[in-house]
Amino acid sequence: MSRSLTSDMFILSIADIRKEHRSQVGGKGFALAHLRARGLNVPKAVCLTTEAYRGFVVETGLDKKIRLEIHRKRLDNARWEEMWDTALRIRNLFLRAAYPQDLSRALREGLDDHFSGISVAVRSSALGEDSAEVSFAGIHDSYINIVGTEAILKHIKLVWASLWSDAAILYRNELELDLDRSVMAVVVQEFVAGNSSGVFFGKNPMDGTQSVVEAVYGLNQGLVDGTIEPDRWFLRRKDGRILTHTPALHTQSIQPSPSGVSLVKIDPKEYKAPPLTPKRIQRVFELGEEAEESFGFPQDVEWTFRKRTLFTLQSRPITTDSEDRSKDQKSWYLSLRRSFENLRTLRSRIETHTIPEMIREAGAMAKQNLSALSDGKLADEMQLRKKTYIHWVDVYWKEFIPFAHGFRLFGQVYNDKIQPEDPYEFVELLRPRSMHSLERNRILGEMAALIRGDETLARRIKDGRLKDVKHPEFQKLWKGFWEEYANLKVFDEPDTEAVERFSGLLLRLAESSPPQEKKKTGPARKPIDPELFFSKFIREDQDYARGLLDLARFSYRLRDDDNIYLGRIERQMNRAVHEGRKRLRQRFPVRYLEFSDEQIIKCLRDPEHTPRVMRKKSLRLPKATWQARQLRGQPAGKGLATGAARVILEDSELFKFKKGEVLVCESVDPNMTFVVPLAGAIVEKRGGMLIHGAIIAREYGIPCVTGIADADRAIRTGDSVTVDGFLGMVIVAPGKK
Amino acid sequence: MNRELKKLVGRTLKSQNLGVLATLEDNNPYESLVAFISSEDLKYIVFTTAVYTRKYANLKNHPPVSFLVDTRSNSARDFHECVVVTALGNAREIVRDERDENLRLYLKRHPYLEEFVRSPSTRLFRIRVKKYIVVSEFQNVSEFNI
Repeated sequence: MSRSLTSDMFILSIADIRKEHRSQVGGKGFALAHLRARGLNVPKAVCLTTEAYRGFVVETGLDKKIRLEIHRKRLDNARWEEMWDTALRIRNLFLRAAYPQDLSRALREGLDDHFSGISVAVRSSALGEDSAEVSFAGIHDSYINIVGTEAILKHIKLVWASLWSDAAILYRNELELDLDRSVMAVVVQEFVAGNSSGVFFGKNPMDGTQSVVEAVYGLNQGLVDGTIEPDRWFLRRKDGRILTHTPALHTQSIQPSPSGVSLVKIDPKEYKAPPLTPKRIQRVFELGEEAEESFGFPQDVEWTFRKRTLFTLQSRPITTDSEDRSKDQKSWYLSLRRSFENLRTLRSRIETHTIPEMIREAGAMAKQNLSALSDGKLADEMQLRKKTYIHWVDVYWKEFIPFAHGFRLFGQVYNDKIQPEDPYEFVELLRPRSMHSLERNRILGEMAALIRGDETLARRIKDGRLKDVKHPEFQKLWKGFWEEYANLKVFDEPDTEAVERFSGLLLRLAESSPPQEKKKTGPARKPIDPELFFSKFIREDQDYARGLLDLARFSYRLRDDDNIYLGRIERQMNRAVHEGRKRLRQRFPVRYLEFSDEQIIKCLRDPEHTPRVMRKKSLRLPKATWQARQLRGQPAGKGLATGAARVILEDSELFKFKKGEVLVCESVDPNMTFVVPLAGAIVEKRGGMLIHGAIIAREYGIPCVTGIADADRAIRTGDSVTVDGFLGMVIVAPGKK
Repeated sequence: MNRELKKLVGRTLKSQNLGVLATLEDNNPYESLVAFISSEDLKYIVFTTAVYTRKYANLKNHPPVSFLVDTRSNSARDFHECVVVTALGNAREIVRDERDENLRLYLKRHPYLEEFVRSPSTRLFRIRVKKYIVVSEFQNVSEFNI
């Protein structure tokens, strides 16, 4: 970059924006300039052109780094967790990259000229965004009430980074996100501390004869992210006559705070009246009409009233895209990005209602004596339990999965504040003191230690007499373990075979060195002091910072424990199935093992019924016709290890697991974590840095690579495999044992 | 002549990010494409490799290597415009004191490789070049020792 950079090369006042600048200022910047020219009351604003973005990423080398990140894995095969990871890493790259000196000087000059000592909003203005064809509100970021050039510059970087947000990567095709062409302009706008704010939809997508006004007290951030329920009015589009009003209970409001904005409780008694009077609704309607006339399309306008003055904050066309996106996978994913308040409410529900209810339900089912039921009653019970299980799976998707966003939200805030070298450093602060799967492994470890120190005990277990063991301490551990943790999915019914498998596992655990002596292959962990994180917040936001960490810790722990709770319900469902199957043993001596649950129910209800058994498809995948040598995934647990691969296609194969082997699987289900202390390394098909397997691998200091989609085809049990958990590589030496 | 040739080699090495490293595996040639830098005096070529790769094992077993850099553009012009530089020499791992400075220079040229280069499983190598062979204008071949 030359030495003669000046602010006017990168900053355009909206008063100076003309048609020919459209490709430099993005959709939002152009719309604001247009409305201002038409005489609408738009706050003072400037636009950082796309040249500033380009200059920044080229000068800092970020363009090449983004390229590497985006091409780390083919995005068509990436799960949403992996897209989130990519976005997190790119965001951190932006945060950590310093402005090139000349660009920084030029931007500072321009920003100082316009906004010295003035609070501003920093908003994204991507090209093509907010066009009539596509509108993806909420994909890119905006920040409000930012004061001081330093803070504005930091938030400009965050807005730039949001060009590569997880949502943008998800909608990359629709947005035509392209490494060579995609750029981002930024609107820096004087912040208006409104008393009531909201949005106006020129045309109700559900009924073209209506317009819609939504309004809240204070700022409209809470409305936009769904934290605050707005008052809603449906108006007749042709003249703005109020058709209906749906009032909201005014209990909260977003207000400016020293560090941006905060959610403030308000007294509904004091705020009984709706945030807008009929006269003001009419003014908002007129504003929307003017915007529509100005652009030629019905508009989605954000506005705010500061005392009596109405400001237009932004305006975009209501997209002509009629496709209903509300039900597709992508919008489901976007619905996971929840606000702190929303997550707090969800936590309260999960903690006080959902988990206790799951425990109660599993407990009640466990107490029931199934063998005392008649065949008909047992069939009813099987059906009921299946329904119960399906209900809880549904709850799992509706509550637990969205709640996992809690620790992701924390990660983002942590990185914004600390800008760490390692974008996953925040995980250190989330490590729980206890997790069900780790607790279970601890008990297994204790049993293994007893076996290690007692030859008689070891012999008995070797002889397959685990259930006859008289060792009181061992018996207590075993009983507790079986009742509390043994999930049916892998341990199956407590029959001879399952106990035999389990005995083998215990013996192998006993043969391996105790966990505390086990040499960890990964680097030593750097302890992180939470106070460092808290110290980055002003006094008024301390409660928020502490509350966020607390929420994130609960969310992180629950990401594992939720599977255990659901596993308990599943176990009770399977217990009924096993009881049913057992009763058919006499009637169908060999085939009873092959019946589906539905067939068992039918047989129990009808003594004459003989089901047809379909041949089970083999779980073995066809062998790959190519030979992999080096596979690239994500480095999810640091360290290096070489060992024989054990590819898990069926749960029962877990029991063959030997010490030092490399666990290769779809994903480490919390119900199969018990083999992890034996594993030399982990390779997972499922991608993500924060999935269960990665979390557990880090707990045990085991190298882990995730996101290798072909792992179970490219690697075969017995292949010698080297796992490079630093670089996310897996090197395969076929046949070498 | 020698000075011009050296200049051409310097220009060619500077113009490219990637070169072809030839190592020996069980007496058979084995090639890898690697990102590199070269020293001003042309005596050294520096590159990186992950520790579990085939080329790492080859380099450890057999330090003599050949390294090819060219200016191809995959067009007909290549036949008269393309310059091909082959460096012959011995490669060895850079450790301890020398590592930091070489790493700094390497990352200055390839900043996007920072994560890879700083990984504990990545090694930095340096070829002490003994001879350059230069092919230009299709079949003009010259060589010089360094």
